[in-house]
Amino acid sequence: MENIKAVPATLQSRNIRIGWSINFRRLLKQSIVLVLLALLWEIAPSTGIVDPAFFPPFSDVIRALWDLILSGELFHHFAASMIRSLSGFSLALLIAIPLGLAIGWYPLARELLNPVLELFRNTAALALLPVFMLVLGIGETSKIAIVLFACTWPILLNTIAAVGNVDPLLIKSARSMNISSFKLFLKVILPASVPTIFTGIRMAGTGAILVLIAAEMVGAKEGLGYLITYSQYNFQIPEMFAGILTIALLGLLINQGLSVIERKFSRWKQQVNS
Amino acid sequence: MPANEKIRFENVAKSFIVRDPKQKGATQQFTAVKDLSFTVKEGEFITLVGPSGCGKSTLLDLISGLTRPTSGRIYMDGREITGPGLDRGIVFQQYALFPWKTARGNIEFGLEAKGVPKHERKELAEHFLALVGLSAFANRYPHELSGGMKQRVAIARSLAFNPDVLLMDEPFAALDAQTRETLQSELLRIWQKTKKTIIFITHGIDEAVYLGERVVVLTPGPGTVKKIVDIPLKHRLDDADIRSHPEFVKARHEVWSLLHELEYQGAYI
Repeated sequence: MENIKAVPATLQSRNIRIGWSINFRRLLKQSIVLVLLALLWEIAPSTGIVDPAFFPPFSDVIRALWDLILSGELFHHFAASMIRSLSGFSLALLIAIPLGLAIGWYPLARELLNPVLELFRNTAALALLPVFMLVLGIGETSKIAIVLFACTWPILLNTIAAVGNVDPLLIKSARSMNISSFKLFLKVILPASVPTIFTGIRMAGTGAILVLIAAEMVGAKEGLGYLITYSQYNFQIPEMFAGILTIALLGLLINQGLSVIERKFSRWKQQVNS
Repeated sequence: MPANEKIRFENVAKSFIVRDPKQKGATQQFTAVKDLSFTVKEGEFITLVGPSGCGKSTLLDLISGLTRPTSGRIYMDGREITGPGLDRGIVFQQYALFPWKTARGNIEFGLEAKGVPKHERKELAEHFLALVGLSAFANRYPHELSGGMKQRVAIARSLAFNPDVLLMDEPFAALDAQTRETLQSELLRIWQKTKKTIIFITHGIDEAVYLGERVVVLTPGPGTVKKIVDIPLKHRLDDADIRSHPEFVKARHEVWSLLHELEYQGAYI
């Protein structure tokens, strides 16, 4: 997306053929290493450099992936993981952003709570997985809860930091115009905080997938994490890799989606690379 | 209160509690300004000049109502200033534009604070963008504007909500010399057109003499008024090189001498 924007609009409209060749070269540059990697993955097992039993060739993995797609099995697991991560992630957004704004707005609350929050943030969510399972069982609740837990801290801490770090001059400028505290918050603090909050949201997006897959590997009856461990237990190694590939794609998808939204919200920010 | 008096300082002092550098954990009182007494006339362009540490910015915070004096009073139109208000507009050295709003959006911000209806806001914003010569840049974000343009937007923003008094805190200090001169004469033009009372803080002697009908010379430690110098220059805008005019040179030298008197006495050597 960034590169598309980098191509001047005039070029794109005035000469489609030049635009085409630029797009083609860009595509080539971005994909060449990926293609080489896939090629290596294909060749290494067939030539016996690695054991094909544990590391099947790329084509086998793609075939397994295709079969999983056709049977609808992949979609079933994908949907299960997606629903869990999105529920936990959305709940975290709903809780952490308003809470972070409130804590950030009151210096005393910030000072009191910061040590506790730092402690929680640095507690690996997965270390608490047994606790979540003990308290909430192995059903959906515990999985959504652990995603919620993992997502909450980066969003919360970034939101608090964002509110605390708004340029004092902007606040002074707005205050000199005699606006109410509520308006100051709504019109100055909030928009100024958006970029920093988004950093937290993206961190949470990555964390959501990571934690969920691990939780699904430990105890679940569906989901991509379950697909991977289940395939491994049954020695369906191509299926296992198909699951891993899907997770990588899912992660990519979420990250891309979030950056698109982020760019929409922080259009006004100076792009470092442009 | 004399008829044409706009702002009056009466024995104003402001001190802060600061950390004591000699003693850990201890605090001491720091007096930024004291014994400040002067008046600003209606429609006057007055400049305040002084070295750093003479309380210029404190003074501005006091007029804007963002802080209250420790003792003494400040009056505007005969009423004591007790808080910020849209009857005073501030232009800061670092522009203080909202980066997520376009040039027009920034100007509309103050109008919104004033409660101007939406359809009028846009019209007024256009008018003031035209006044500072930035009609073509209405939809640019601050980071897409040069320093001079940003300051023009900031000036337009402050003028748009129609304050009686414009407070300017070293607004041109961060600009290059060429842009600064352009903006100085443009500001004079705007002042003549709008008839606002302008209180302009600077550390540049040339700037103070060029812009001000009167120059308030401040001295530090703690900041107080040393003297108010009348600048008898007329037709500043008609004379292209007013800075070489004998009257200008004379006035400039007077201000310079006042600021450097302390050095001659050896206080700062």
